[in-house]
Amino acid sequence: MGVDGNTLLRLTDLTVDFASQEGIVHAVDKVSFDVAPGELVGLVGESGCGKSVTATAILGLTRMVKNATITGKIEFEGSDLVALPEDKVRHIRGRDISMIFQDPVTSLNPVLTIERLMTEGLELHLRLSHSDAVKRAIELLGEVGIPKAAGRIKDYPHQFSGGMRQRVMIAIALSCNPKLLLADEPTTALDVTIQAQILRLMKQLSREYNAAVIVITHDLGVVAGMCQRILVMYAGRIVESGPAKPLFHHPHHPYTVGLLRSVPRLDEPRKETLQSIEGLPPDLAHLPPGCSFAPRCWLATEECWQTVPELFPTDEGHHSACFHRDALIAGAEMSA
Amino acid sequence: MSANGTETLVTVEDLRVHFPITSGIVFQRKVGAVYAVDGIDLEIKKGETLGLVGESGCGKSTTGRAILQLIHPTTGRVLYSGADLAHLKGGALRKQRRRMQMIFQDPYASLNGRMTVGDIVGEPLLVHKMGDRSQRKAKVRELLETVGINPNTLNRYPHEFSGGQRQRIGIARALAVEPNFIVCDEPISALDVSIRAQIINLLQQLQREFGLTYLFIAHDLSVVRHISDRVAVMYLGRIVELAENAVLYESPMHPYTQALLSAVPIPDPAAEEIRRAVVLTGDVPSPVEPPSGCHFHTRCPAAKDGLCDVEDPPLSEVRPGHWAACHLVTGDDYPHIRAGEDDLAVVEEPPAESAPQGGEMA
Repeated sequence: MGVDGNTLLRLTDLTVDFASQEGIVHAVDKVSFDVAPGELVGLVGESGCGKSVTATAILGLTRMVKNATITGKIEFEGSDLVALPEDKVRHIRGRDISMIFQDPVTSLNPVLTIERLMTEGLELHLRLSHSDAVKRAIELLGEVGIPKAAGRIKDYPHQFSGGMRQRVMIAIALSCNPKLLLADEPTTALDVTIQAQILRLMKQLSREYNAAVIVITHDLGVVAGMCQRILVMYAGRIVESGPAKPLFHHPHHPYTVGLLRSVPRLDEPRKETLQSIEGLPPDLAHLPPGCSFAPRCWLATEECWQTVPELFPTDEGHHSACFHRDALIAGAEMSA
Repeated sequence: MSANGTETLVTVEDLRVHFPITSGIVFQRKVGAVYAVDGIDLEIKKGETLGLVGESGCGKSTTGRAILQLIHPTTGRVLYSGADLAHLKGGALRKQRRRMQMIFQDPYASLNGRMTVGDIVGEPLLVHKMGDRSQRKAKVRELLETVGINPNTLNRYPHEFSGGQRQRIGIARALAVEPNFIVCDEPISALDVSIRAQIINLLQQLQREFGLTYLFIAHDLSVVRHISDRVAVMYLGRIVELAENAVLYESPMHPYTQALLSAVPIPDPAAEEIRRAVVLTGDVPSPVEPPSGCHFHTRCPAAKDGLCDVEDPPLSEVRPGHWAACHLVTGDDYPHIRAGEDDLAVVEEPPAESAPQGGEMA
């Protein structure tokens, strides 16, 4: 399958299994989606749903894990990253695809100066001389809003606050003009007032650099204001995907419905009690044979317990992996 | 603070917790202090949920711990049903502690991994010498049932439970000694989104059932709005605003509260399109060297030179039941903060009639 001009990244049946003492953990199970150049995509799910593993697989980091088995395709600009040898992937990782990690405190090497952290990629991937790389690094730090960047380039990460460190990480991620930026919980470690600054910055820079961004988060609020398209993951599978507005307003999967109802919203009247999703997410080493959400679903029937539902198209660009999507769309009452 | 006819359970007067910063190994000289909590006055009414919100490092957890005397306050008084806890020691304090319990943030760190669930939940009963062996066992089973854990699992260890279940066990432990007052310190932050609602509902149900009073500490403003009767907002060791839930969320007066509320993301793309988060410049200053005067003046778009950077604004009752610590907030008027150029916070010139809301609308 080739990738046309309108697709930057195409995942086809990406599956990542980890061998463990408990048995095989199906972290990512046949995940397929496309990302267009410059597109802002939100990948939403709870811890253990496979969202971060999907990101590290795209970056070619899971292949280094000994007990991991990766199948399926990750086509980036036409070449399959799963099949590509490591020395080729290394040219893409950090240059064309870069990543912003969750915790700016632990993911910047504390014994290296900001200058060293910033120039490493510029010298390696863009073959800039050291002095050019320093110049570019200072420019980048200015762009991400670090005041007096030239004076701070010799500082160490601990001399920056959490929000500032996240800005440094964004500057590093953008330094080689990536085509795809993976942001794994980029604001989870930050306070709300700082979160607003960082999300705004990411959106603005993605436009300036025409970089596609996959924002990985458990916080529906974070992606609502930022992403054009949302993918909802549950227990290693994508259960719903679609354009942000219809997906938030008329979700086509019971899990998304439950998730949206269980979070209190500041712009709505207070409720007596929250509608919670009962039960727990399944153990990835012992997934139920059918739909993984069936044990917690108020719509589940015999069919759901037996067969894994694939992603069915429901509407313009909108997909749902639910056998009862029609009933749900028609307005089935939540009785959970 | 006026008690509004209801009985006050906990009174906090000028609470300060300053952690010393020392230098030297043998002779530790005090070279400074972290002003974690810097003068807090609070009244918690019987049966209410008081929400305490603020960003990380603002001293909200330290406040909760200092109220329970888990951290000894530097100065100030904490009255529980009229008794001054700061002057109680040993057995007398322990006796009072039975009435006050705590639910911790991290259910992975707050349960002893080498104790069975039954021992964890039963330990407070043992400490407070409540009942004999069989009575304690029956009580533990009853408690586990109350919080939604199968009582037959009491011989299992914490690692056999999920995060949400562990938090339920932590709640059962807090309930064991039949307290009246529980400090909930970020009880849902470490949990998965789909589990959070379960725990919030459980806390509310227990409050109704046992007539509990909560101090609910959290940084998630949407959750605090859902669960609290009144809300106090903290910034850098001080309370900047305190009001009834609906009043605080609908007409916040303090510039910081206005900016904070505008920054909370709403899970709705349409709502996010019309909202503009007010961006405050800079970061929260260090509590080691809090700014002079009003602690917020370094980031406040309404700050007045010569006033806000010099004088501490006291927390005063600007409207009945609505307290604010700001020189510019009066009963009639307050600075309306909105997102200006580049979304930076600016003060809106007051229109002829008073604006319905500060901050949130562009």
